[in-house]
Amino acid sequence: MPEITSQMASRRRILFGAAAVTTGGLLTACTSNEPSDKNDDSSKAADQPAADSKAGKEVTIGFAGPQADHGWLNAINDNAKERAKKYADVTLEATEGSNDTAAQIGQVETLINKKVDVLVILPADGKALTQVGLKAMRAGIPVVNLDRIFNTPQAYRCWIGGDNYGMGLSAGNYIGEQLKDKKNAKVIELAGLDNLELTKQRTQGFDDALKNYPNIKKVARQAADFTVESGQAKMSQLLQAQKNFDALWNHDDDQGVGALRAIKQAGRDDFLMVGGAGALSAMQAIESGDSVLKATVLYPPTMAASAIDLARALGQGKGISGMAEFEIPAHVTLYSAVVDKDNVAQYMPTGFK
Amino acid sequence: MTQPASPARPAEPQRAPAPSGSAPRALRLDIRTLSLLGVLAVLVVIGGITQPDSFLDTDNVQLILTQASVIGVVTVGMTFVIISGGIDLSVGAIVALASVWATTVSTQEYGFLGILFTAIVVGVGCGLVNGMLIAYGAVVPFIATLAMLASGRGLALQITDGNTQMVTVDGVLKLGERDSYILGIPPLVLVFAAVTVIGWLVLNRTTFGRRSVAVGGNAEAARLAGIDVRRQRLYLYLLSGLCCGIAAFLLIVLSGSGQNTNGNLYELDAIAAAIIGGTLLTGGRGTITGSVLGVLIFTTIQNIFALNNMESATQQIAKGAIIVAAVLVQRRTANTTS
Repeated sequence: MPEITSQMASRRRILFGAAAVTTGGLLTACTSNEPSDKNDDSSKAADQPAADSKAGKEVTIGFAGPQADHGWLNAINDNAKERAKKYADVTLEATEGSNDTAAQIGQVETLINKKVDVLVILPADGKALTQVGLKAMRAGIPVVNLDRIFNTPQAYRCWIGGDNYGMGLSAGNYIGEQLKDKKNAKVIELAGLDNLELTKQRTQGFDDALKNYPNIKKVARQAADFTVESGQAKMSQLLQAQKNFDALWNHDDDQGVGALRAIKQAGRDDFLMVGGAGALSAMQAIESGDSVLKATVLYPPTMAASAIDLARALGQGKGISGMAEFEIPAHVTLYSAVVDKDNVAQYMPTGFK
Repeated sequence: MTQPASPARPAEPQRAPAPSGSAPRALRLDIRTLSLLGVLAVLVVIGGITQPDSFLDTDNVQLILTQASVIGVVTVGMTFVIISGGIDLSVGAIVALASVWATTVSTQEYGFLGILFTAIVVGVGCGLVNGMLIAYGAVVPFIATLAMLASGRGLALQITDGNTQMVTVDGVLKLGERDSYILGIPPLVLVFAAVTVIGWLVLNRTTFGRRSVAVGGNAEAARLAGIDVRRQRLYLYLLSGLCCGIAAFLLIVLSGSGQNTNGNLYELDAIAAAIIGGTLLTGGRGTITGSVLGVLIFTTIQNIFALNNMESATQQIAKGAIIVAAVLVQRRTANTTS
């Protein structure tokens, strides 16, 4: 039943996000002079060409991403394509997204044969695509590895991606600050798919952050499947099991749609909730303030736009404006910013459906 | 209904291949049901002992029944299909497709009825395609419904573009909330109960039901007895599709949205519940009561796991063990009485 497996496996191994304002700001230092803060148009921060925007050598970038069966992955594809259009000197060769490892390997090989100048690869499975990454590098085509990381640094020239551990850390610290004056505070965690590495990293970051707040205890953790349906089912059971607690961290805004539904159905509003990813619906809920959802930690899909910037800089043999280095960095890890009522207007344009 | 054969006759051929034809059929079924009730009772005791405060309260009973509703409706349809000797692997995909189609913006413009109508039409439509392929195209059910699984999921993905489609129709959302409980019973549970009762009546008290059993027991004998086997098969997959459409609507009410991942692995859950309920995978025998008890056993297990904050790995292992235990207990009980 290949469809079942692909559904399970494809369920975003990585998820969500928004606003690479940190990285974006760094990369765009030379072109964006106004501060992007408090600016409804701040999504434009991510739209502004990074690195050196002056037209340079023609670069053909091959882009191989996974199948966009989720809002975040859609946002990844859109970000990459939109960004490439901004550059007159960039031609984007995008393959049809695929969750099938063999199919994606074939697509990358086709791009290698076409002799593109640079490759941007978001592998459906980082480990499984390592070999083809190595092949590209050996063929002299530098690879920008997007988010799901290859097994060896030899398979890529540069990695850019999100910080799952950092998501947990940011969520834990935010909740910790909200509850620091409360004695014997209880928190619960609605995690994502437990068989994914990223879920463990998010939980680890969350637990590590909570260690700074001895007054807080994590009393329950259940894993859902990143789907609305599983979020609703698992959350309604968590609510039944935990009659009182002070905060909830939910790893994913998509399953959060279901979790919020369960919370409403149970008529509960006695705790604060922090989401993860940066979905539009979550940001709208935070802005309206009429639900328990008070914040979400980001996992920005703008990383795809930045990956195009990096690929172009690689193709043109440039460094990054605003940095002293001659070359682009080997690793860029995005920051998992916390979006709450105070800054939601700024991040709203990056929310994905 | 136009068949010359009397309603009782078609049931005859399937008795012969049953392994223990000497035991009174009614008694054997009762023992099966009782053993399932026993398993459920044991689970209730475990739940009550481990979480006395949260397991046995009204909220939790409502929760278990609500969570059983969606998959329960699917399982009723699946039971008919399996009894007839077929299989429907596409139920999860049909639920997904019906739920995303029914929650598109254009459908939501027509409000509550628009969503309900679309979900059911899509469900029945998929069932019709399955049924035509199997009955008149002579495609093996496994293959036909596997193809529907793949293309249904694909279409659902294409419609949503991977996005979660939020429901904005108040009437639909309200139906899943506490205010609409009738005498403390959630409307979803009432629908589940109605589908169960109708399913039971159709299987046990109508010609259609007897023909379904006959086709599953021995299709050739059923044909010789004057049953239009192909048309019967068409209707059965149509019925399964209809159940998926209803389930999709319930899922929309429950989750307040449509998503292409809806109904994930429902095919396996529904088949497992039916098997636990005593339905023969080879066809010819099965009960609605057993299947519904199977669903309730599953849902109760999951509830107990969550209340006790078990890890997902442990949950999966325990779930597998309990499925095997339930089937073994049931088989032993059934054997000793025959």
